[in-house]
Amino acid sequence: MPILERAGGMPEWKRRTTAQDMLVWTGWLAGVALAVACFQFISDRTIWAFVWDAPTQGADLVSRMFPPRWSYAEQLWKPLWDTINIATLGTLLAIVIGVPLAFLAAHNTTPSVLFVRPVVLFIIVASRSINSLIWALILVIILGPGVLAGILAIALRSIGFIAKLLYEAIEEIDPSQVEALRASGASNPQVLAWGMVPQVMPAFAGISVFRWDINIREATVLGLVGAGGIGMQLEASINTLAWPQVTMIFLLILGMVAVSEWLSARVRHAII
Amino acid sequence: MSATAFDAAAAARAWRPPPLISSPLLRYAVYLGALAYVVLGVATVEVNWARAAEGMGRAAGFLGGFFPPDFVSKGDDIFEGLMESLTMTVVSTALGIALSIPVALGASRNLAPLPIYLFCRGIIAVSRTFQEIIIAIVFVAMVGFGPLAGMLTLTFATVGFMAKLLAEDIEDIERAQAEAVRATGAGWFSWIAWSVLPQVKPRLIGLSAYRLDINFRESAVLGLVGAGGIGDTLNTAFDRYEFDTAAAVLLIIIAIVLVCEYTSGWIRRKVQ
Repeated sequence: MPILERAGGMPEWKRRTTAQDMLVWTGWLAGVALAVACFQFISDRTIWAFVWDAPTQGADLVSRMFPPRWSYAEQLWKPLWDTINIATLGTLLAIVIGVPLAFLAAHNTTPSVLFVRPVVLFIIVASRSINSLIWALILVIILGPGVLAGILAIALRSIGFIAKLLYEAIEEIDPSQVEALRASGASNPQVLAWGMVPQVMPAFAGISVFRWDINIREATVLGLVGAGGIGMQLEASINTLAWPQVTMIFLLILGMVAVSEWLSARVRHAII
Repeated sequence: MSATAFDAAAAARAWRPPPLISSPLLRYAVYLGALAYVVLGVATVEVNWARAAEGMGRAAGFLGGFFPPDFVSKGDDIFEGLMESLTMTVVSTALGIALSIPVALGASRNLAPLPIYLFCRGIIAVSRTFQEIIIAIVFVAMVGFGPLAGMLTLTFATVGFMAKLLAEDIEDIERAQAEAVRATGAGWFSWIAWSVLPQVKPRLIGLSAYRLDINFRESAVLGLVGAGGIGDTLNTAFDRYEFDTAAAVLLIIIAIVLVCEYTSGWIRRKVQ
């Protein structure tokens, strides 16, 4: 912490030197300027008359959304069940594929650092960087609309997520347990089963439940591109401007997400 | 003691790994429930296998349409979409972080009185429940098509995400430091700035970098519902069967996500 000498001979304490101060302020200035310039860009592409109208539009929208059309719920149980299936079966499929990938990607378990690991890492990155909605868009074209496209879209996006977090957990395990097993003469599969798997099991369960929780939310919108679930009803209701039905769908989504969040929090508390 | 009796006793005492769920009743109930669900879930998934098989035949041609990726013929559209996505990401991250700090302070039980705490937790809950796409639909209905709707959506989602994780960190701060600052007679703002902020700063920076990364990914799909960005370009390309342009857009998204991910990973390693 620099001390600046003041005219009166009294030392004054400062957190940074003047040069550091200037640097920090320049950094902030540059950041704010960038944000403002970006906003200018967006603003140029906005019809502001519509935006000033937004409070009226919003009020109008809300007035049309209430009361929710309760009777519509009867038609929503099947799509809701489909949504849960898309999320759950998609997560299960992702686990089945993602777990072996994680072991192939982790530095301490991969069969070949030179050949296998880079390939697997590329698969993981490609899977992670494409949103499940885009996966769904592609799969609907190939497989036709329906739940199957949704399940596969969720699975393709989740594989990378599960594999990435799991291989990081595998790389962070305590090596002394593995060494102890090796010293006792255990073979490679035995070391894997008794030295590594028990150590990453809590992380694995946590990751899976976490992803399932995210997938429940994602599955609600996959229907917008035709990949099944409650999003199909949402799309249909919005296109016909049936806002009371939209409210009903929102309420069901809210309920489902609350339950899934509670469930995943319970499971994670129980494990960790 | 005969040899056989000794063996039986040893076998009974043989070590087994403790199961993940310790109560046997709950354990088997969970296994059985999971099995029943999977059977029921798979059974109720309606798959149009004829359509899927037909699509599989066409998939080769469809995927062949992706190659070679065409960056040039719709270059202007791609550039425009990309700029929209990037500006949207920057503004929404900056604005979202700025707004999330007061919400996070309000959502920390150790700082805020109960009514403010409940209000801020309510904001977080609403923002986190709905998928970005659903929020985007509402914003598009209110302010019209274009990047402003996307920016508002991402800002809203950023507030929920940042405030929740930051509030968790604020609730875990070291009380001694906070009390020491308070004991010097510091006012509320100085107290926050000098005792709370320094303790959560590494996490704040890490989360901000992470959120920047997420916001870009999300900005790539918001275009599907008309909220601007590169997703708009992608959707148009799919609608016009310009799969080579779509491939170019996907490659650009993957490349930028990679850059974002490495940068945000680097920043997080630096500060933590």
